[in-house]
Amino acid sequence: MIRFSHVTKEYPRTGVALSNASFRIGKGEFAFLTGPSGAGKSTILKLVYMEERPTSGDVRVGGIQANEIKRRDIPIFRRRLGIVFQDFRLLEDRTAEQNIAFALEVTGSSRDAIPGKVSRLLTQVGLASKGPSYPRELSGGEQQRVAIARALVNDPVLLIADEPTGNLDERAMRGIFQLLRDINASGTAVLMATHNLGLVRRSEFRVIEINRGQIVFDSADSSSPPGGNDPPPTDV
Amino acid sequence: MSLTLREVALGLRRAPLLSVLSVLTIACSLFAFGLFGLVALNVSEALRHVEERVEIRAFLADGTPIEAVSAAVGDIAAFPEVARVDIITPEQALARARKEMGEFQDVFDAAVLPASLEIRLKPGYRDPTTVKAVAERVRTYSFVDDVRYGEEWVQKLYSIRNIAGATGVVLGIAFAGVAVIIIGSTIRMTVLARAREISIMRLVGATDGFVRRPFLIDGFLKGVVGGLIALLLAWIAYTLVNRTLGIQSSFFATHTAVFGVLAGGVIGLLGSALSVGHHLRDV
Ligand SMILES: Nc1ncnc2c1ncn2[C@@H]1O[C@H](COP(=O)(O)OP(=O)(O)OP(=O)(O)O)[C@@H](O)[C@H]1O
Ligand SMILES: [Mg+2]
Repeated sequence: MIRFSHVTKEYPRTGVALSNASFRIGKGEFAFLTGPSGAGKSTILKLVYMEERPTSGDVRVGGIQANEIKRRDIPIFRRRLGIVFQDFRLLEDRTAEQNIAFALEVTGSSRDAIPGKVSRLLTQVGLASKGPSYPRELSGGEQQRVAIARALVNDPVLLIADEPTGNLDERAMRGIFQLLRDINASGTAVLMATHNLGLVRRSEFRVIEINRGQIVFDSADSSSPPGGNDPPPTDV
Repeated sequence: MSLTLREVALGLRRAPLLSVLSVLTIACSLFAFGLFGLVALNVSEALRHVEERVEIRAFLADGTPIEAVSAAVGDIAAFPEVARVDIITPEQALARARKEMGEFQDVFDAAVLPASLEIRLKPGYRDPTTVKAVAERVRTYSFVDDVRYGEEWVQKLYSIRNIAGATGVVLGIAFAGVAVIIIGSTIRMTVLARAREISIMRLVGATDGFVRRPFLIDGFLKGVVGGLIALLLAWIAYTLVNRTLGIQSSFFATHTAVFGVLAGGVIGLLGSALSVGHHLRDV
């Protein structure tokens, strides 16, 4: 599903944000990305959804290679992913259902299919009755559910979540995490960056820990002691 | 397509002030452009009018045999530059002078005016160089006493026209440039005002073309509306000038007006294409 081989990302002014990172995430897997602020979590996620390209090394997601994909093909590639953020990124002047419908319209869904699909998605995220509400009329947890519903419109093979619970209280956080688990249980791989170590420790899922741009721990590779680098994977 | 139109409508509704500003700046630029165009149109029309009166007058020596004159008229009329040649007899010259001078006609009673040839040139051959060349050729006939063609006058006419033309081109380019810059930056403001929406569109997988389309339509429509307002303003200015000066100047032909309004649309389209393209490359 995802393969990073010796990936280094250097930003023009701030320098190296990720150095020589290698890891693989399989189909349908759930993995956490943890580490202190500025460690490079969001950078890894941006490389995955190809918002950024690696300075060196190889990023491959669902058979697409970051160095080979043309700029104009990236939107099509993104339709196979779902992406959610800490700040939800909903359009404030549209209702919950319009926000979800928007993603369907933008990606060229047929007109007639949209209302049915929107109401199914709202039900799936537990907001069946909140369709006509505007984001400001929804709690943070509810807004994040709308964002997740929007991320699911194209039945993604991979859901990328950058601190999806960062703005939420404990209860809302648990709800969102449960929702992500359910989504994962139905076959979608989930890659989630989080600061919440409690959440990470309580779950049985894979943990990749990064610090200062280096992968310092990967629970899938028990032989790798914290602080060391993984050997490069051999294939996808 | 209907989604695109809804996006356009939403953009207008969400940033009405910015939209009005864009339309007005487009209208102002095109209005300035249009005013200049009207001046240029009327100046060159007036010049064409005056130009039609460019003529060469060859005064004939007294007692020139009529056969020689007829032969010369035939020759001169065959010059490629010449439209027509008329013989003005002394009697005709006198009658004309009297008519032109009105109350002073008595002064001419005793005057003997020489016979002359009046040579008119074809359009396109009325520039100073050609006029001079033809005049010199006419001067070579032995019975031609003197040739007049208002050298200074012709020269002046042409410099006025050339200055007007050059000023037109320079000002026109300047106005068009200013218009593109203003339109580009107002659309850029619209783009920035909707940057969040654009980033969300890209996030959920909208293609660049899809993101761009509403802005292009927006820019085009604003340009067309601005063009229509400019046309209206130009027409009002034209009517006022005619009324105040009591003249009947010319207004743009329909196809020129349509072209001007469409040019507004194209400028709007270009401005927005530039700023959206710029924005999409940045993000
Ligand atoms: N667009 C960018 N341009 C320049 N530098 C950047 C950019 N994005 C991130 N960085 C730098 O890269 C480093 C890693 O940033 P990143 O956002 O990946 O960290 P993070 O682990 O997501 O942090 P946080 O937990 O605070 O979100 C930081 O030093 C940051 O300053
Ligand atoms: Mg981050």
